[in-house]
Amino acid sequence: MTAVDDRPTTSPEIGSARRRKEDQRLITGRTKWTDNIQLPGMLHLAMVRSPFAHAKIASIDTAEASAAPNVVRVFTGHDIADIQGVNITAWPISPDQKTPDHLPVPLERVSHTGEIVAVVVARSAAAARDAAELVDVDYEELPAILDLKEAANDAVLAHPDLGTNKSAFWQLDSAAQGSGGDVGEAIEKARQDGIVIEREYRQQRLIPAFMEPRSTVVDPTGEQVVMYSATQVPHILRFCIAATTGLPESKIRVIAPDVGGGFGGKLQSTPEEFATLAVARKLGKPCKYTETRSESMISAHHGRDQWQKLTLTAEKDGTVTGLKVDLMADLGAYAAIVGGGVPVLGAWMFNAIYKFPAYQFNCTTYYTNKTWVDAYRGAGRPEATFAIERLMDELAAEVGVDPLEIREKNWIKHDEFPFTSVAGMTYDSGNYEAATARAKELFGYDELRAEQKQRRESGDPVQLGIGVSTFTEMCGLAPSRVLGSLDYGAGGWESASIRMLATGTVEVITGASAHGQGHETAWSQIVADRLGVPFENVEVLHGDTQIAPKGMDTYGSRSLVVGGEALVRAADKVIEKAKKFAAHSLEASVDDIEFSAGQFTVRGTDKGVGISDLALAAFAAHDYPEDVEPSLDADATFDPVNFSFPHGTHLCAMEVDTETGATKMRKYVCVDDIGNIINPLIVEGQVHGGLVQGIAQALWEGAEYDEQGTLVSGSFVDYTLPTAADTISFVTDHTTSPATSNSLGTKGVGEAGTIASTPAVVNAIVDAVRDRGIDDIEMPCTPERVWKAIQSAGGRQGAGVTPTQQPHFDEGTPNQDPSAGTTDGAVQ
Amino acid sequence: MIPATFDYAAPTSVEEALSVLAEAGDDAKVLAGGQSLLPILRMRLNAPEKVVDLGRVEALRGVRDGGDHIAIGSMTPYSEVVGNALVQEHAGLLAKAVETVADPQIRHRGTVGGALVHADPAGDVGAPVLALDATMVVVGPGGERTVGAGEFFHDLFETAVADGELLTEIRIPKHTGWGSAYEKFVRVSHQWSIVAVAATVKAEGGTITEARVGLTNMGSTPLRATAVEQALVGKGTADLADACAAAAEGTNPPSDLNGDADYRRHLATVLTRRAVQHALGG
Repeated sequence: MTAVDDRPTTSPEIGSARRRKEDQRLITGRTKWTDNIQLPGMLHLAMVRSPFAHAKIASIDTAEASAAPNVVRVFTGHDIADIQGVNITAWPISPDQKTPDHLPVPLERVSHTGEIVAVVVARSAAAARDAAELVDVDYEELPAILDLKEAANDAVLAHPDLGTNKSAFWQLDSAAQGSGGDVGEAIEKARQDGIVIEREYRQQRLIPAFMEPRSTVVDPTGEQVVMYSATQVPHILRFCIAATTGLPESKIRVIAPDVGGGFGGKLQSTPEEFATLAVARKLGKPCKYTETRSESMISAHHGRDQWQKLTLTAEKDGTVTGLKVDLMADLGAYAAIVGGGVPVLGAWMFNAIYKFPAYQFNCTTYYTNKTWVDAYRGAGRPEATFAIERLMDELAAEVGVDPLEIREKNWIKHDEFPFTSVAGMTYDSGNYEAATARAKELFGYDELRAEQKQRRESGDPVQLGIGVSTFTEMCGLAPSRVLGSLDYGAGGWESASIRMLATGTVEVITGASAHGQGHETAWSQIVADRLGVPFENVEVLHGDTQIAPKGMDTYGSRSLVVGGEALVRAADKVIEKAKKFAAHSLEASVDDIEFSAGQFTVRGTDKGVGISDLALAAFAAHDYPEDVEPSLDADATFDPVNFSFPHGTHLCAMEVDTETGATKMRKYVCVDDIGNIINPLIVEGQVHGGLVQGIAQALWEGAEYDEQGTLVSGSFVDYTLPTAADTISFVTDHTTSPATSNSLGTKGVGEAGTIASTPAVVNAIVDAVRDRGIDDIEMPCTPERVWKAIQSAGGRQGAGVTPTQQPHFDEGTPNQDPSAGTTDGAVQ
Repeated sequence: MIPATFDYAAPTSVEEALSVLAEAGDDAKVLAGGQSLLPILRMRLNAPEKVVDLGRVEALRGVRDGGDHIAIGSMTPYSEVVGNALVQEHAGLLAKAVETVADPQIRHRGTVGGALVHADPAGDVGAPVLALDATMVVVGPGGERTVGAGEFFHDLFETAVADGELLTEIRIPKHTGWGSAYEKFVRVSHQWSIVAVAATVKAEGGTITEARVGLTNMGSTPLRATAVEQALVGKGTADLADACAAAAEGTNPPSDLNGDADYRRHLATVLTRRAVQHALGG
């Protein structure tokens, strides 16, 4: 028996607020980031990027740049055309989707500002940067389409060859798929004797703004080409390289060293990675490219960017009867790797926690001459949650009841789980009543409502608003069969391996490539409990396709609910294997072996052996059962059968200074139900960070272009990211309805805060000024927008608001009947 | 973010700095705290041949009592100004304004003199210096001269400091016993002022006897709201609104993502009233 095995029985690791074992190196920066990597003879790249949103590349003169000091060579797209590959989309949302070729370095035409037209290779990054300014590109400017709604008219084309800006259309109809009634009928009926709420909301364009800019190092000098990259998705990246560059997959090793955040922004195969690979292969030398923040903001993919036309119908008492969603989504210049699939992910979430009998979701994707758009924390679900949670407040106002009351009237009750939604998703567990009751209590809901009333009555220049968001989301991407049915290009399984080392430590290999989430800590906790080994003895390896050969990487709040379950299954296989070794060692029958807290014992005796002793025995292999291989190591691949459905109630109080339009958060309470919690400290971090990111969409962030297609908010001076100084201390708590789709009972938490918080904030701001006839303020709710809404409303109910604040649908759109009057509450 | 190549000089005295500047001609840039210049160089918005770093000129750093005024060396970092007892006592407005600049890291590096010569109208040093009737000491090849704050700011990023000259000192007449407030309006805390108002008042029995009001980011330079200053005399906390209504008169504020000119004019009136109110202790 080793000391390790004799350790006293300790409290379980799962549920313990362990400090993250990776933080020492991540916080001090004393670790391997891609940009730290120095290889012998390594060359440095600088990109020459288009200043135009849309232009023909007439000619590129590289002579002066090539002759500059320390420059090795300047490449144009033509120089690497044979091996540069293509940046592919993995999710064509319809069979007839129009998809322009996305060459990493285009040969003929640039389609957005910031696109790469030439690559300068030099002996230092400074020399490359200097020479990049000497590359003389002759552009013939083409008309650029920059506005999403104008894109739909096809008057100016983002890609003239496609003949249209429309990429694809995707629909989910509850009547057609048999999961609910006909939404057209619901609308028609509501126009006669019910309530019709019609709104149009804008999801502004956002920039993921991960902390570490993207960086790639390619070493082509061995038998395998090694790419180090600051990516969320080393496995997917390897697939993309193999699929399009002619390099066999077996000759490519992708390593994601420590990666400084992604938020979906590093879920991509990027032109920069592909250009660096091509240039390194051409030169046969290691090459490094690290982007500047300015480059990151114009060339790394953006998020959101939708117009949402929404029609919600209800009976007069507020019982919802139908929901119709019509989305326009801006893909930017290209269909990115998930691309059109991001808005489509909202299809199952607009109906949220409410029992809509009829539902229809329509999504049309368009190209514009702006930076491409793809996943950003929440990806499809924040947009849906925003829309429905805003609409439920509008319905409450129309009926004249408290927003929580209207939600309770319509939500799924706790005893109705599992519940199959009108969109066809089966929610496994939840308790909206419990989360809401707890949130109200922590918030002091009634007191704040009383204060709101008092401020209103006294004409206080600072008004108070209360915003509600009773969200759910679907995460844990994803059941492979579901992905297959949606024509997604890959599966959603995850892989784990456990290696029982001879000296008592345990290597855990996960295919979920962490980039700041804390996998190393949480995975160690799970394995420590499962195998009965000390937390400190577990080492988690990830992010290298040679070490972790199988994986689907990290995004969509999937790592724990999919990758964690794979880990559990691998651990259980280790135990099963070890039982045979234990039985052999203890001279007992396998059937009599019991396992608990790292000890194998013979039932009814005090004879036992520790798992680490068995690992050593398997390593030595001097004496082991005849019918087994000498190893305790095990692999598992888990393919989930369902998504994970976290939910929660978020309550936000905002003060609105009616003199300036300034908004100030007064209180934020969230009670999330994410099932069982592995590490409460990591959860707390995910929730707080997620909240800030969602709040930032509501209040601060927005990518804005000028009429030439230049990103005006192209630095952190104008793209106003919040810091800790701009936020308050959030009150967080949990209710626990364990998930039934994984044995740990966990649900994803990486995106919950972001998904839930945006509508809570906007609802609070609107609530503060609703008595002045304001029912919407476009995001980000800048002080100027709030003040102008107040000014134009003039304190009169429903009067004077601008068309974008309170839109009514165009004649001829499917759900608009101009003769139906104003039961919808909209100003005609 | 790599700047273009430049020559670098780090003089240790004002005299040496002046001679380096004279030698380099108009291709030189003076580096103070670097909080504006370095981003400009790194983004390659400017590529001077020579950068003259004043960081080692000890004589330009610190705050001293000049009798009827306090004198602040141009290379004194924001963080020192904020915490300085002389500034707090005799030019409280400046301390309050400088305390709002960006974030602690930037306040540790950035200097009041650097900010004044950079003359970004959204910067937070110009308006209080203007309101406090400061005198700027400028030295050049021809010797030392003084420039009143009212004549110092010429235009966007342009001041009375010519090529080859240095701002060495800011002399602020003592406003001992004056109340002060800096009302800065931003969306996020580290942002440049969307609009800010610097107000300092002398009051007796709650009634204003003298008032000084400076405006940040309401035009191409920091501005002084003299009409408001005059209107405030004789007023108390209860009747400030009318006197402050003219705060935006004659201003020409910018329009950008944070707000258009009309919104800024409106903000200026509200913020002026609030600043004066706070300066009065309200």
